[in-house]
Amino acid sequence: MYKLTGVTKRYTRGKETVEALRGVDLTIADGDQLVIQGPTGGGKSTLLQMIGGLDRPSEGSVELDDVNLATISEAKLTRLRAEKIGIIFQSFNLIPTLTAQENVETALVPLGVKPAERRERAAEALTSVGLGDRLKHAPSELSGGQQQRVAIARALVKKPKVLLADEPTGNLDEGTRDDIMGLLEGLWHEYGLTFIMVTHDSSIARRAPRLATIKAGQITLTEQGGGQRQFAPQQGHGDQSYGGQQQYAQYGNQGY
Amino acid sequence: MFGIYLKRELSRRKKAALVIAMGLALGIALVITVNSVSAGMNQAQDKVLKSLYGLGTDMTVTKAQSAPKAGSSQGPSFKFGATSSSSSSQSSDRVNTQGGQVLASSLVTKVGSQKGVSAAVGALTLNVTKVDGSFTQGKAKSSTASGSSGSSQQGGPGGGGGTSSTGAPQVQGGGANFNVNSYSVAGIDVTNQTLGPLSTSKITTGKTFTTAQTNAKVAVVSKSYAKSKKYKVGSTFSISGTKFTVIGIATPNSSESTIDVYLPLKQAQTLGDSKNKVTTIYVKATDSKQISAVKTTIQKNISGTTVTTSADLASTVSGSLSTASNLATSVGKWLSIAVLIAAFLVAALLTSSAVSRRVREFGTLKALGWPSRKVTRQVVGESMVNGLIGGGLGIALGLAAAYAVTAISPKLTAQLGSTSGGGGGMGGGPGGGQGGPGQQASSNTLEIALNAPVSLTTIALAVGLAVTGGLIAGAMGGWRASRMRPADALRSVS
Repeated sequence: MYKLTGVTKRYTRGKETVEALRGVDLTIADGDQLVIQGPTGGGKSTLLQMIGGLDRPSEGSVELDDVNLATISEAKLTRLRAEKIGIIFQSFNLIPTLTAQENVETALVPLGVKPAERRERAAEALTSVGLGDRLKHAPSELSGGQQQRVAIARALVKKPKVLLADEPTGNLDEGTRDDIMGLLEGLWHEYGLTFIMVTHDSSIARRAPRLATIKAGQITLTEQGGGQRQFAPQQGHGDQSYGGQQQYAQYGNQGY
Repeated sequence: MFGIYLKRELSRRKKAALVIAMGLALGIALVITVNSVSAGMNQAQDKVLKSLYGLGTDMTVTKAQSAPKAGSSQGPSFKFGATSSSSSSQSSDRVNTQGGQVLASSLVTKVGSQKGVSAAVGALTLNVTKVDGSFTQGKAKSSTASGSSGSSQQGGPGGGGGTSSTGAPQVQGGGANFNVNSYSVAGIDVTNQTLGPLSTSKITTGKTFTTAQTNAKVAVVSKSYAKSKKYKVGSTFSISGTKFTVIGIATPNSSESTIDVYLPLKQAQTLGDSKNKVTTIYVKATDSKQISAVKTTIQKNISGTTVTTSADLASTVSGSLSTASNLATSVGKWLSIAVLIAAFLVAALLTSSAVSRRVREFGTLKALGWPSRKVTRQVVGESMVNGLIGGGLGIALGLAAAYAVTAISPKLTAQLGSTSGGGGGMGGGPGGGQGGPGQQASSNTLEIALNAPVSLTTIALAVGLAVTGGLIAGAMGGWRASRMRPADALRSVS
């Protein structure tokens, strides 16, 4: 469970100080989905950085399961990111020189997983997002949608508690967007992840069960009810844990 | 992961890696080349010194230099051509002591008795200039040619030096019918041949002098001279009317030797009209570390002499060898240091900018939970490999350059500060016919082929530099990488 209290973030650029977040209070229960929306420069990404432990607030506390990310040591914060937090980026952020499988493996490196196991788990994760036949491909040999799938596999291979997504469909066309959204929502349900996503896309935002709008560093929460899956078929999930790859592979075959 | 990532990074970004490696390679190659060329210079200088000294010689004693008197016999003069107007063939040997300064033989024992001297041996070095042929005809023709200089006919019968002769009376001009042959003769102490001029050579054919041949009419000739004259053991030749029999052929240990013919000292003294005189006393010290002390002793106790140690001699080496040597040691050294620094800087900057371009990549890794040290290690690892590739290329390039220098082996000339009165006029025109016969033969000019030996230390130095270059670049890049924040992963610019 996340508990943000009075989170303020200031950036100093030269002599100017910009307040990206102003006293944000927010609670996110385990397994919840939260969509963060707002105008550019409103503080969306900054909030995501605070939640993901990528940066620390200037004031206030960010607690994840009673651990304050604002004050723990750098080493512990790094370790926490490696263990609990999976992140997906707008521009995929794959390592261009590594193959799809190796990219997924990078998430397991800080956890000290043995190479053989690492390779196996990476292959499994890629199969679960429908890229079982693309293990040896370099990012440049994959389409945008496929690259984002690799990134999703990388975020989930370590079985994180939290999945953060920064405009995951921002660089994708509409068909692929629905595809990826379907995959993410399926995985969210599947693993009981806490899923926090920043988006520009109002059609995605509109359908989110819980919507946080950030303007000028301040947050407004809207409960939209539901918590329904918007993009994925309702059948064929539930009791499968990591073995449910087939189902996601199916999404992978649509749209491109 | 480290290895895979490193391999992928280097193989997929070959160009960038190669640019860095090439930069380092250039610097390292230059260091190797300069190093080996200056080693070659040192070798060449050693050769020059050894050719003048016996291997066991620590110093030489010669007569202190005095200002040349006007009218003293500096260059050899030939009377035969000037007086004889007939055109019959003539021959004449002109023998004079090298440098024209002699010491009394008694000084040899006196030097030998000085403290710290283990042995002293005297030698007399002579220059023999042999001129034979007829030249009156040549003179007549040459003056006719210059007389008709107005006509379009050029390149008259003489056809000699390119310097257009404007009707001045020709003495040494185009006379094609006479021969000048100059060579050097050393009279050596046959009782002690371990010291002195012949000690630098090995007798390869025949025998050397026996201790009994103190005044025998026998000679040992140098291999090259024997070859040019087609002398064999048993051949005879004469100098100023005295007939000598060749008993041995000597091959110099170093390819350079100034002496062509070795004779027993007494014979040489007779030829040179220098009874009981020597030009040089070769001295061996009891302790090689005491050389400068012995030098002082000799100079103090025996006045009117000049004592030259190999260290002194080294400083008097001039000519293209000296110029090249200075060039290699000063300019070459600074140039290679400058290029090396530039190469290091370029490598560091390129690595650093490559890291900057990979901000998002490293930020992402940090966001994924990679500790800073893992990211830094990756960057340093890449730089080290670049450095090693650069080092490998540099060594290959440097070896190639050194090999090329050795293969071409440019000729260098070395002149040793001569003891003859001032290096006066160099006789005839440069490169022109045989103008000014005999004059140059007296100065100690040697031609040496330059080698560029590459030592293991040089290679080790190169490898060390490569690693250093890699480390500098890696440190720079690693430092940047370590300062990147995980939040950089969210940057939208790539």
